[in-house]
Amino acid sequence: MASAISAALSDGDSIYLAGFTHLIPFAAGHEIIRQEYRDLEVIRATPDLVYDQLIAAGCVRKATFSWAGNPGVGSLRAFRRAVEDGVPNEIDLEEYSHYGTTARLYAGATGLPFIPLKTFAGSDLPKVNDNIRPVESPFSDETVYAVPPLNPDVTVVRAQRADESGNAHLWGIPGEQKEAALAAKTVILSVEEIVDESVIRSDPNRTLITADDVDFVVEEPFASHPSYAQGYYDRDNEAYIEWDDISKTHESLTEWLDEWVYGVEDRAEYVRKLSTDRVLSLGAGNNYGVPINMGGN
Amino acid sequence: MDYTDTELMMTAAARQLEDGDSVLVGIGVPNLACNLAKRTHAPDLQMVYESGTIDSNPDSLPLSIGDPVLAAGAASIESLMGGFSYYLQAGRIDVGFLGGAQIDRRGNINSTVIGDYDNPKVRLPGSGGACEIASNVERTLIITPHQRQRFPEEVDFITSPGYIEGGREAHGLRGGPEAVITDKAVMGFEDGEMVVESLHPGVTREDVQEATGWELQFGDDVSETEPPTDEELRLIREELDPDGVYL
Repeated sequence: MASAISAALSDGDSIYLAGFTHLIPFAAGHEIIRQEYRDLEVIRATPDLVYDQLIAAGCVRKATFSWAGNPGVGSLRAFRRAVEDGVPNEIDLEEYSHYGTTARLYAGATGLPFIPLKTFAGSDLPKVNDNIRPVESPFSDETVYAVPPLNPDVTVVRAQRADESGNAHLWGIPGEQKEAALAAKTVILSVEEIVDESVIRSDPNRTLITADDVDFVVEEPFASHPSYAQGYYDRDNEAYIEWDDISKTHESLTEWLDEWVYGVEDRAEYVRKLSTDRVLSLGAGNNYGVPINMGGN
Repeated sequence: MDYTDTELMMTAAARQLEDGDSVLVGIGVPNLACNLAKRTHAPDLQMVYESGTIDSNPDSLPLSIGDPVLAAGAASIESLMGGFSYYLQAGRIDVGFLGGAQIDRRGNINSTVIGDYDNPKVRLPGSGGACEIASNVERTLIITPHQRQRFPEEVDFITSPGYIEGGREAHGLRGGPEAVITDKAVMGFEDGEMVVESLHPGVTREDVQEATGWELQFGDDVSETEPPTDEELRLIREELDPDGVYL
């Protein structure tokens, strides 16, 4: 991960760490913090704890988002400190709805100059975001809202498994991972495990993105902790609840970063630092899909 | 049997759901209300989550809308793009649950900022999918504690439109807020304005008015909210939330 991030990312870039509460690339976020990037535009529908950590570490100049919270728990406190008090630095905001953010990625992924949505009428969001504009339908008298394409400099996507060249299988909640990958200029794919190409090709319907769109493949088990990876591990809910306390002040958050991000070399050391009991307690039970028959001669 | 405010809100919300409804559920009380309705009068309720899981039947309380328990055993799982476009925008969802920091007399909801947008007193999480849920479902149900600061005459920021000026239809919006369920009362809407339909047991008109930032309208026949039945309480406490997380 360290070499992929350092090869892919530059100061000032826009970055999309994809994942909709499931398969969030925490390890990539921590690597960005360790390498001390600055002036990043961080983009995601749901900037959660990993963006709170990037903001607190001073990596961020702008957040483009639609819902900034600690899912199921409450506020993102470092995000709020930056917006309300300019700590550790002020950040610009560009704000959409979830569909607005996702549709922007779709436009970016498919080369459209804009995409219309039946959202935003009657909302104040267009008043505070000049990128949400009314457009008249060329075919009827309807007015809808349009948003521009989004093409992040770098997207990190996570999936459960991939072959060595980057054909990736994802199951469970796919969120916006595919659109974010196809819209990006550079794609880092982080997976729980690398498998043989024949495993991927045995079930092509499960493939999220293909190797053509992937620039870096990183095999990194447990890299979504404390979020979920369906079939591999459950959310570490205690960590989300504890974050509310840890992030209460900039100082307590910085202490946490010192210990858990700057204080470890990589994800493997982070996982060793979590107790074995904690890691084992998050293990997913077994619940297998029935194999399908792709036919053949 | 005694019950808590949350249990009353949960059962009042469950009763707003009809069998066969497709519901965009949220975590917490809405999730419990939907599961309760499904085990009582609405077995064919279809629960859809913002994360794209279609017809989820979680066997434990989901911790977030991305919980694997919502994905395992679902009828289908859509990407965000598929869920929001094929299901929500296209009109395949009947009911949506929303909450917010402020709700005003016309059912507009604010989940963005308290105070000025550029210099906020409190920065809230933002829309998420709330703006499109409020715009595209046929019936929006709002669940919130009833406090004066939550019920200003006009919200500081309209994140999710209610009965906006000029009418929803003229803006291409479906449906609208149908009910606001609080810990004091259940309110509906008449001519685009919130009207009290029922008061919870022990709550007076003055109590509700006191907790509301404008002169509240009361319906012609304000009733008493039906309290939870023993069976509803048993289901909530023993099956749906045995650890009492939301009670």
